[in-house]
Amino acid sequence: MQTKNIMIVGVGGQGTLLTSRILGGITQDAGYDVKLSEVHGMAQRGGSVVTFVRYGDKVAEPIVEEGCADVLIAFERLEALRFAHFLKPDGVLIVNNQRIDPITVVTGAMEYPDNIIEDLSRDYTVFAVDAMAEAKKLGNAKTFNVVVLGVAAKHMDFSKEAWLSVIERTVPSKTVELNQKAFLMGYESK
Amino acid sequence: MSETKIMLGNEAIARGAYEAGVKVSAAYPGTPSTEISESIVEYEEIYAEWSPNEKVAMEVAIGASISGVRAMASMKHVGVNVASDPLYTVSYIGVNGGLVLVAADDPGLYSSQNEQDTRCIARAALVPVLEPSDSQEAKDFMKYAFDISEKYDTPVILRTTTRLSHSQGPVILEERAEPFDLPYERNFAKNVMMPGNAKGRHVHVENRMNQMAEDGYSMPVNKVEYNDTSIGFITSGIPYQYVKEVFPTASVLKLGMVYPLPRKLIEEFASKVDTLYVVEELEPVFEEQIKSWGIKVIGKEIFTKQGEYSATLLKKAILKDTAETRKPAQVPPRPPILCPGCPHRSVFSVLNKMKIHAAGDIGCYTLGAVAPLNVIDTTVCMGASISTLHGMEKAKGKDFIKNWVAVIGDSTFMHTGINSLMNMVYNKSTGTVMILDNSITAMTGHQHNPSTGKTLMGETAPIIDIKKLCEALGIQNVFEVNAFDTVALEKIIREETAKDELSVIITKAPCILIKGIVFPDRCVTITDNCKKCGMCLKPGCPALTKNEDGTISIDATMCNGCGLCMQACKFGAIEKVNR
Repeated sequence: MQTKNIMIVGVGGQGTLLTSRILGGITQDAGYDVKLSEVHGMAQRGGSVVTFVRYGDKVAEPIVEEGCADVLIAFERLEALRFAHFLKPDGVLIVNNQRIDPITVVTGAMEYPDNIIEDLSRDYTVFAVDAMAEAKKLGNAKTFNVVVLGVAAKHMDFSKEAWLSVIERTVPSKTVELNQKAFLMGYESK
Repeated sequence: MSETKIMLGNEAIARGAYEAGVKVSAAYPGTPSTEISESIVEYEEIYAEWSPNEKVAMEVAIGASISGVRAMASMKHVGVNVASDPLYTVSYIGVNGGLVLVAADDPGLYSSQNEQDTRCIARAALVPVLEPSDSQEAKDFMKYAFDISEKYDTPVILRTTTRLSHSQGPVILEERAEPFDLPYERNFAKNVMMPGNAKGRHVHVENRMNQMAEDGYSMPVNKVEYNDTSIGFITSGIPYQYVKEVFPTASVLKLGMVYPLPRKLIEEFASKVDTLYVVEELEPVFEEQIKSWGIKVIGKEIFTKQGEYSATLLKKAILKDTAETRKPAQVPPRPPILCPGCPHRSVFSVLNKMKIHAAGDIGCYTLGAVAPLNVIDTTVCMGASISTLHGMEKAKGKDFIKNWVAVIGDSTFMHTGINSLMNMVYNKSTGTVMILDNSITAMTGHQHNPSTGKTLMGETAPIIDIKKLCEALGIQNVFEVNAFDTVALEKIIREETAKDELSVIITKAPCILIKGIVFPDRCVTITDNCKKCGMCLKPGCPALTKNEDGTISIDATMCNGCGLCMQACKFGAIEKVNR
């Protein structure tokens, strides 16, 4: 199998780590070689964060190059715009339709762009989800990233059962049911 | 047991140490090396500590090795500079139990003040270096490092990079070896480095390096992959993965031991390939040595010395690939920032208001250099804030530094700031030093230090009182202030900078990310009182947003109720409420 390239982007503190752990687990379960890569440190302080996940028969480099991503999962829409050019021409962009102002906008030095989703939809295959609102329906807004993952999972090669099983293994035992529900909310959405 | 686990490079290094039977590990946190110690502490068979700085950590490991057990120190690349004094001499002493220094380089400068290449230090110190290229090798090479450390009587450096340390991949777990524990015997000629003994040991060092270079021909970590011989690569570490990505059918000499170089193996490989490239991030360390042997290679004339490499970079440089990808959109940058409720923001907003310059240091508070705070004028290295301020005074006179302070965190003060403060006392400085005490080493992800009362292994420890420590140096003006009391802060800064005496102001308030600390309040706006002046936005708290009509919203999930915005508001339009 040709190596698949997944990217997860967001704002430091949004919990990209859990998502990448679930992805790492499911690719390993399926018997693939896998590499995940992210950069810690400064990124924790509210900056842009990027995680690369590559899986296939044999994976060499740990990073996804520009123009090579099959799936781009964005937890915030400005970050979707920032990294969209990493997508392959036929890649899909899953975006959580949330706005978090960067400091450059908070201080008034720059403007947060309008109509991001509309603009991206002209050039890319975009699936936008208001995951925060969906997760709140389940009673826990923090699971929004698993809702987003559920939407993204529709564009990957693993069964629903495999996803539910790896979620069960990866999240804290008290939150298994909640996270599985959050996942299905995304996975079974239209 | 043959369980396979997905591990971070740093976790795999820790696992390798565990399996190698390591007994003692010492470190100072620094991105990208920090998770090594945080993983080692999970293995209860290993004694692990945060030392106050890398020199101390290295010496702790040296002592453990001399006593007869396998020991290690880990640190980021610039930490190796701090540890280089003991490193250069333990190269002469060698080891009793195996001794490994893990050094984490940062090509691409994700979280560092420079982009130095540890291989250059290793060459100067005459210490061999291994460099893995994925998590599995990180574990395997760590074990091999201990084996060759004992075989050749040498400390060994395991070099990692940010990309390796922070990438995850499958690792096959194995059992822990029986811990190595040799009896201690006094060995004057080997362990006491005074001139007469060091002369003898220098002979050993040179012989050892020659022997290792020769033995490198058949070392299992140096691998030759002969395929298409029209193009050949000499490479190591993460760049090997980029070579494999772009040129899966080329011939490759992958160096696992990157110093000393296995000359015979390289000459043999070079003779069998038509065009030979050297692919190494940062300095042309391989290239210059290989060229000095009269071998024709292509290297830095087409590759950069800066930043991380990638498959795309190799395609462009070698294949002259000009395929256009889509251009990145022009969007507002999202740099890292101080957290909502961070005590540093409060201190910097006061300094900014008073138009005071700061000689800065290394930590989260380095972010006080950028907009909207713009307070820090200089950042060099750990501990440098205090000594650079002193140097300015000696150069320009005491009036020049009346609108200057040095700012340094609690952990950085313990690291090397204390020495600089001693110098200020001794050499009669009149400067003002601000120790921003947030009770943790925050930047690297919340590690303990001698002033926090906890060890790496989670035990309660004596708290070294920073105020008493400064007073013990003989400083008359030492004050503690709540970091969020902006009125008191402004007053004390004004008074102390005006004095012709050395002063220390310790600003106290915990980092908001410390586990277990509860913030009972949050700030809310009373929109009717808002005059839309924007003063509350000046400190740059990310929890605040300006609405379309000019009023302010405060994000309830982000706000930690520090009240800095409330203090900035002159119209009573912000108040604290219970969460």
